[in-house]
Amino acid sequence: MKMSGAQMICEAIIAEDVKTIFGYPGGAIMNVYDEIYKQKKFEHILTRHEQAAVHAADGYARASGKVGVAMVTSGPGFTNAVTGIATAYTDSIPLVVISGQVPLSLIGTDGFQEIDAVGISRSCTKHNYLVRSLEELPRVLKEAFYIARSGRPGPVLVDVPKDITGEIGEFVYPSEVNLPSYKPNYKGNNRQIQKAAKAILEAKKPLLYIGGGAVLSGAAQIVRELAEMTQIPAVETLMSRGVMGAKNPLLLGMLGMHGNYASNMAMSETDLVISLGARFDDRVTGKLSEFAKYADVIHVDIDPANIAKLVDVDYPIVGDIKTVIEKLIPLLKNEVKTERYQVWRDILNRYNELHPLLYNDSDEVIKPQWAIERLGELVGEQAIITSDVGQHQMWAAQFYPFDRPNQWINSGGLGTMGFGFPAALGAKKAVPEKTVINITGDGSILMNVQELVTAAEHKIPVINVILNNHFLGMVRQWQTFFYDKRYSETDLSYQPNWKMLAEACGGIGYDVTTKEEFDAAIKDAIVQDKVAFVNVAIARLENVLPMVPSGGALYNMLLEHKEEK
Amino acid sequence: MEAVRRVISVVVLNEAQVLARVSGLFAARGYNIESLTVAPMPDTDMSHITIVTKGNKRVIEQITKQLHKLIPTFKVIEHEEMVEKEMVLIKFPIEQSLSDIQVLCEAYNGGIVNVGENMVIGMVTDEPVRVKHFIEAAKRYSPMEIVRGGVVAIER
Ligand SMILES: Cc1ncc(C[n+]2csc(CCOP(=O)(O)OP(=O)(O)O)c2C)c(N)n1
Repeated sequence: MKMSGAQMICEAIIAEDVKTIFGYPGGAIMNVYDEIYKQKKFEHILTRHEQAAVHAADGYARASGKVGVAMVTSGPGFTNAVTGIATAYTDSIPLVVISGQVPLSLIGTDGFQEIDAVGISRSCTKHNYLVRSLEELPRVLKEAFYIARSGRPGPVLVDVPKDITGEIGEFVYPSEVNLPSYKPNYKGNNRQIQKAAKAILEAKKPLLYIGGGAVLSGAAQIVRELAEMTQIPAVETLMSRGVMGAKNPLLLGMLGMHGNYASNMAMSETDLVISLGARFDDRVTGKLSEFAKYADVIHVDIDPANIAKLVDVDYPIVGDIKTVIEKLIPLLKNEVKTERYQVWRDILNRYNELHPLLYNDSDEVIKPQWAIERLGELVGEQAIITSDVGQHQMWAAQFYPFDRPNQWINSGGLGTMGFGFPAALGAKKAVPEKTVINITGDGSILMNVQELVTAAEHKIPVINVILNNHFLGMVRQWQTFFYDKRYSETDLSYQPNWKMLAEACGGIGYDVTTKEEFDAAIKDAIVQDKVAFVNVAIARLENVLPMVPSGGALYNMLLEHKEEK
Repeated sequence: MEAVRRVISVVVLNEAQVLARVSGLFAARGYNIESLTVAPMPDTDMSHITIVTKGNKRVIEQITKQLHKLIPTFKVIEHEEMVEKEMVLIKFPIEQSLSDIQVLCEAYNGGIVNVGENMVIGMVTDEPVRVKHFIEAAKRYSPMEIVRGGVVAIER
């Protein structure tokens, strides 16, 4: 069929079964927007900033497990999108970002709104393309979606010069890709898997170390099965909250800088780390030479470059988490002696009793941890929780009872403030039947606050719970601990009127200072069809604990800090 | 861990951006490039890139894995048993003893390749260490310009 390049882009989006895309028009991408206007197969949501468009597509991808699509114009449209692309890249989220580019004849001439998009995005995309002819456009689009979702997922940029979107040519969307140089290995080496099984059977203190890869691979069910069958305790990273399920007795909690005592001690004392899609991030490992010092390491990852990048690995297994565990389970089934690990489980239970994850609640002021626990009681499994970056993010990860994967959506790798609200919009579009709540801070929410307008216009009723400490709290916490309380540029005492701000944009606002008001506001916000700000005044100087000071060993946790009045 | 010198061959799809992807990877991750050569492979749509780098075992392993991860990369060879050659061109002032230069170049598998009004150009192709020695020796003849070609290697 003959059609324009712009139409081809729309046809590819339809063929890939993407129902909602997010974007912002401009000169170089106008041909495509003209085609978007003419079609009815997918919806386009106009965000109010390109960064938000990419985060929204990212939230859509994380909540649905499908590829998210964002569309932006050249120059500033593209550069605004970079933070969103980089955020998706660090967390391995499948996105296709389509950017307009100046016409081919102008490339390299410093044309109006020309910027080297492929050059800028090279190190924050899984792959990128500058389309050079209409003939290659269908193939490039097909490859982009395939590369984004296969292997270790990631964002792919397709930069399309304006004249190519205007040109007419023959369109056949390829049914298959032909990429001989790109063949992700899903299977895992059988010999290595056998060796790993043997190591598990021989270990005394094995530990499942579950990372974001388990979510991406859709492996939660089988990971639970593996844990259940072997009775091996598990720790989750920030990215894998929900995989084991909060009620799972084998789950010790989250490990790392703000992990709980039992999880960090488990990692420090285990004799066999079974890493499932985790990548030994420095926020998880603390001081590397002390990390899992007594352990052999089984490392399952789809990305060979993740294996042995930071720690020596005894049993490297390149493959998809789900596929590999499917092979591992029969090897353990009749062999594993769950009593073998009983002493180990007892030790860990004692650690947990010694220092459970606790906070001092108060009747005078709302404690952020209480707010999150309460939110868990009020909405629990029914909600998808997104978050921004800071203390609120850590409290959410620590205290929310995540029951399933894809329920917890946050920028773990890049730590992008401003991620939570637009990601919530994307998640809500992907899974409209769920309540979507962004747990945020009074700092983060102002980065992308313009999305109130998007949410109001499109009736995307997400709830932003602002845990308001009048501080850039996480930075303030470091200043308290490590900079002698010199609160340099972290005091946010000057505040907008949050309720009025939400309402000025067509949303609804609540100011909350007591527990009763908190309950009332959340319950009311859930039944509204409006975007909401729930501004919760919390204890200003509350700290996230435990804390492993940056660069310290995991077992050296600060468990409490004398509170100041 | 001790830093070692490694020669790595990368076979890539010969397409736009591919050299930038490879060199950008070294820049972004702070890996070292001692030399890099690239040329299309005959009768294919691929290019052969030869990189000489330095790093400890873990770094070298990461380099090969990261190179492999690039979508247009077909093959990464970390050379062990190889034949390794480098070419160098040196320009000398015509006043220098032509026969000395000739003998020197010949000692390193080369010769004089061009003589002009004010200069003479010698060329040598040899193992990289020997090329280094040659350049040392050539310094006695006041070279005006030295251009090294970078290493190419082939596994035995
Ligand atoms: C875009 C961006 N800029 C700066 C930072 C550094 N940073 C990390 S946490 C934080 C404070 C966040 O404050 P707030 O959103 O109010 O959350 P709180 O820590 O108070 O819960 C800052 C500035 C970041 N992560 N992202």
